[in-house]
Amino acid sequence: MATIHAEPQADSSPAGQQQIINNLSIQVATVNGSGSQTANLVLLRAIFQMGIPVSGKNLFPSNIAGLPTWFTIRASQHGFIARRRDSEYMVAMNPETAEEDVMTLKPGAACVYDERLNLKRLREDVIFYPVPFDQLVTPVCPDARLRKLVRNMIYDGILARLLGIEMEEIHKALQKQFKKKAKAAELNWNAARAGHEYAEKNLVKADPYKLERMNATAGKILIEGNAATALGALFAGVTVVTWYPITPSSSVCETLTEYMKRYRIDQETGKATFAIVQAEDELAALGMALGAGWAGARSMTSTAGPGISLMAEFVGFGYYVEIPAVIFDIQRVGPSTGLPTRTAQGDIISTALLSHGDTMHPMYLPCSVSECFSMAMDSFNLAEELQTPVFVMSDLDLGMNTWMSEPFEYPTKPISRGKVLSAEQVRQMGGFQRYKDVDGDGIGYRTLPGTPDRLCGWFARGSGHNEKAIYSERPDVYVNNMDRLAHKFETARTKMPPPVVVHGATNEVGIIAYGTSHWAIEESLGQLRREYKIDAGYCRLRAFPFTREVHDFINRYERVYVIDQNRDAQMLGLLRLECSAEEISKLRSVRHYDGLPIDARSVTDEIASQEGAN
Amino acid sequence: MATTTVPPSPSAKLNRIGLEMTHYKGNKTTLCAGCGHNAISERIIEACYEMGVEPHRVAKLSGIGCSSKSPAYFLNSAYGVNAVHGRMPSVATGAMLANRHLIAMGVSGDGDTASIGVGQFVHLMRRNLPIIYIIEDNGCYGLTKGQFSATADLGSKLKTGVINDLPPIDTCALAIQLGATYVARSFSGDKRQLLALIKGAIAHHGTSMLDVISPCVTFNDHEGSTKSYSYVKDHDSPVADVNFVPFFDDITVDYDPGTTKDITLHDGSHVLLRKVNVDYDPTDKGAALHMLTESHDKGEILTGLFYVAPEKPTFIDQLNILDEPLATLPESKVRPPKEVLDQVMQSLM
Ligand SMILES: Cc1ncc(C[n+]2csc(CCOP(=O)(O)OP(=O)(O)O)c2C)c(N)n1
Ligand code: SF4
Ligand SMILES: [Mg+2]
Repeated sequence: MATIHAEPQADSSPAGQQQIINNLSIQVATVNGSGSQTANLVLLRAIFQMGIPVSGKNLFPSNIAGLPTWFTIRASQHGFIARRRDSEYMVAMNPETAEEDVMTLKPGAACVYDERLNLKRLREDVIFYPVPFDQLVTPVCPDARLRKLVRNMIYDGILARLLGIEMEEIHKALQKQFKKKAKAAELNWNAARAGHEYAEKNLVKADPYKLERMNATAGKILIEGNAATALGALFAGVTVVTWYPITPSSSVCETLTEYMKRYRIDQETGKATFAIVQAEDELAALGMALGAGWAGARSMTSTAGPGISLMAEFVGFGYYVEIPAVIFDIQRVGPSTGLPTRTAQGDIISTALLSHGDTMHPMYLPCSVSECFSMAMDSFNLAEELQTPVFVMSDLDLGMNTWMSEPFEYPTKPISRGKVLSAEQVRQMGGFQRYKDVDGDGIGYRTLPGTPDRLCGWFARGSGHNEKAIYSERPDVYVNNMDRLAHKFETARTKMPPPVVVHGATNEVGIIAYGTSHWAIEESLGQLRREYKIDAGYCRLRAFPFTREVHDFINRYERVYVIDQNRDAQMLGLLRLECSAEEISKLRSVRHYDGLPIDARSVTDEIASQEGAN
Repeated sequence: MATTTVPPSPSAKLNRIGLEMTHYKGNKTTLCAGCGHNAISERIIEACYEMGVEPHRVAKLSGIGCSSKSPAYFLNSAYGVNAVHGRMPSVATGAMLANRHLIAMGVSGDGDTASIGVGQFVHLMRRNLPIIYIIEDNGCYGLTKGQFSATADLGSKLKTGVINDLPPIDTCALAIQLGATYVARSFSGDKRQLLALIKGAIAHHGTSMLDVISPCVTFNDHEGSTKSYSYVKDHDSPVADVNFVPFFDDITVDYDPGTTKDITLHDGSHVLLRKVNVDYDPTDKGAALHMLTESHDKGEILTGLFYVAPEKPTFIDQLNILDEPLATLPESKVRPPKEVLDQVMQSLM
């Protein structure tokens, strides 16, 4: 995790110009379906390989080809990896958005652009680097059909030259990207070199931005959140995976499928130790996961908001019948189809209380790829221990973007299957009562279908049932059962991870955030200190239901800002459900909901403004 | 040995695996007296008893409706899920993935299957999941008090006088077309035929889809209804007399090759189709569909085994899953060793 320092220092270059080292955002504006993703990821990886902390955010349209897409790469010697609102460098490749893109630049920013677009006329306070992309691509890519795809690699070469990215690292990154496709790698490498040569001969560096090798990424990995989630599920020992495609969650199960085929084939028999099914819709996906959970599998599904809505009835069923399953929600912007390829924390309230009647569900709130991994593992244990559906609330920013991280640690906890009785145990006890609270934690004992004894059978029903799982409409039986479920939720509370708390110098201002907002908060804390003399405490939620530490935090501070990436302050709403009137009176809200990942500046300015500090 | 032993009751006859018929019974039914669904539960009990099905291997599955309540009325010592309306197929699929040795016994209604659940029904048939899927078909929504369902025939009348003006969905034709591998229609009042068909379904490896006309005595057993006892009795036209010989019995019983078609099922049992229409070939998909359309046009209710494809691989076979139930695999089989994580981490550096 990054430590918080002052803003970067500017050094002096020989030419007398102030050089700005390892602190810039590059925005690449292209058309989707043009192969720009490869060029962007190679760039990102090359910077990473130079030891410079880096992050990448892909802003893409809900479309397969032909619409504008932007990729932002942020290099930060201080390790800040949140999105920034401004960029110092622009690569303008998309004729449709180029003019608007250029107008967003700060004075003094640099712009590499396709010569044909003639952008130079638009601004006098921007440094322009025109490049004849078409002219450069023809000689390196004789096959005209491939040119569109290779063309973008040219800007990698241009940027390498202008910013000081080592070509050797571009080469390595390319090879990593193309793995065994040597021919494609070579074609792209030639394009990058052509760009580099062109820049060397024709472009005069006139901006202060530079990237220099440092040593802050050694031993780290680069991975997308969804791949980290998939790895978590793999090592959690998931056995049944059922899903329905939806952005931004599809890559969870797609990546998992690859891993499972590779690492989960039984060596003796050559058979799969898992089943993965692409269901007909999300209702079926969760129905299958619950059927599998009932029959004893470790089951999961992954989805996004529209799928969560469809799953509502089944989730209530799982809650009431008490069946384990893990549901990964990679949140995106709603309502309805919303902005399907943009990020939000939009399902917090609907998921916590999903379904009709009185229902509440445990949720994990990962902020990083390493938490995607570890919380995936924890969630399977929790689901089986509590015998209930458990949610892991990721989002598009975390799930689909590439993040830098320490390598993941192999699990130290064994797989926990919860309270499952064998035929032998049931025989010894002379029978069992499925929904009886024997241990005082609200969790009954279950048997798995197929357990060979007549005493082991039981009937799972979503209608009213007594401790023996027999149909009942008696008021007292219903109340007892619902009270036990509420008590079980209190047991859940003791099993959830506590928040991560860092106290401020004074007890005036506290900040509560969760999920991907963390990266903006981490940076905002420094900005608030430096610019507004606000030394805030910070409490990062990691789960719902909230643990005692959350209340302790609120009680300690005079004013507590709850950061939500949604319009309706959903986490604040959940806190209200669980807090005392006095606690509630301290809560304020900072909301960000334009579909772009939250940035530090927005948080800093909003808190400062509410504090009357500016 | 004591001299005063209680004489075994006549019903205490043991089946192949040493269980009495009472082992296969369920709770007392809460459905209306005379409801066709009750007769189907009885046939399920008899079929499981006679086939020597191990109750602990049975997963009873249903959706919501009067029909979907019936799993509580058979095989008490089995496991059961009364799922949500129209979504039993997905729950069944998940359960079978978790433990392929279970015997999925699904009971649904015509509303549960052909209206709210038609999406999941279609995909279940398509996958050929090993399951016995019984529709207790009364042409109406019993539990919500008699509204039309999507299997109600054109022109059929509700008790209130409302006439159905939409054509019915033929669940058998749909199932055959989609890939189910044992498709039959029967009538809750035809004990012999229904019992034979359920036994055949138990012996079959794949999706067995049985549409059983099951009159709702409370809402849909009056004149003008095409799913009433009297209407079905008058219009029932069996394709062939169905007899079933389990693998553990001798095939020679009653076997007359000249007039009998013998179909060997996956477990070695036989379904014998006799006399009525010996030319009928239930392994011919096109012929089956053609026959259903024709009889429908004639206003007949065709019953019997329409289609069977005993050798087609099931969904479970296709997934190449381990023979042991996934549900109970040990940690050593489901959590890869540390070297695997190290290797993956290395590749991401
Ligand atoms: C989502 C949902 N919608 C509606 C209902 C109400 N409902 C309960 S049973 C039923 C119809 C059942 O009809 P069918 O499956 O034919 O069963 P039958 O009672 O006729 O045996 C309906 C509409 C429900 N339980 N759930
Ligand atoms: S209402 Fe109809 S379907 Fe329901 S139990 Fe009564 S007779 Fe059977
Ligand atoms: Mg019905």
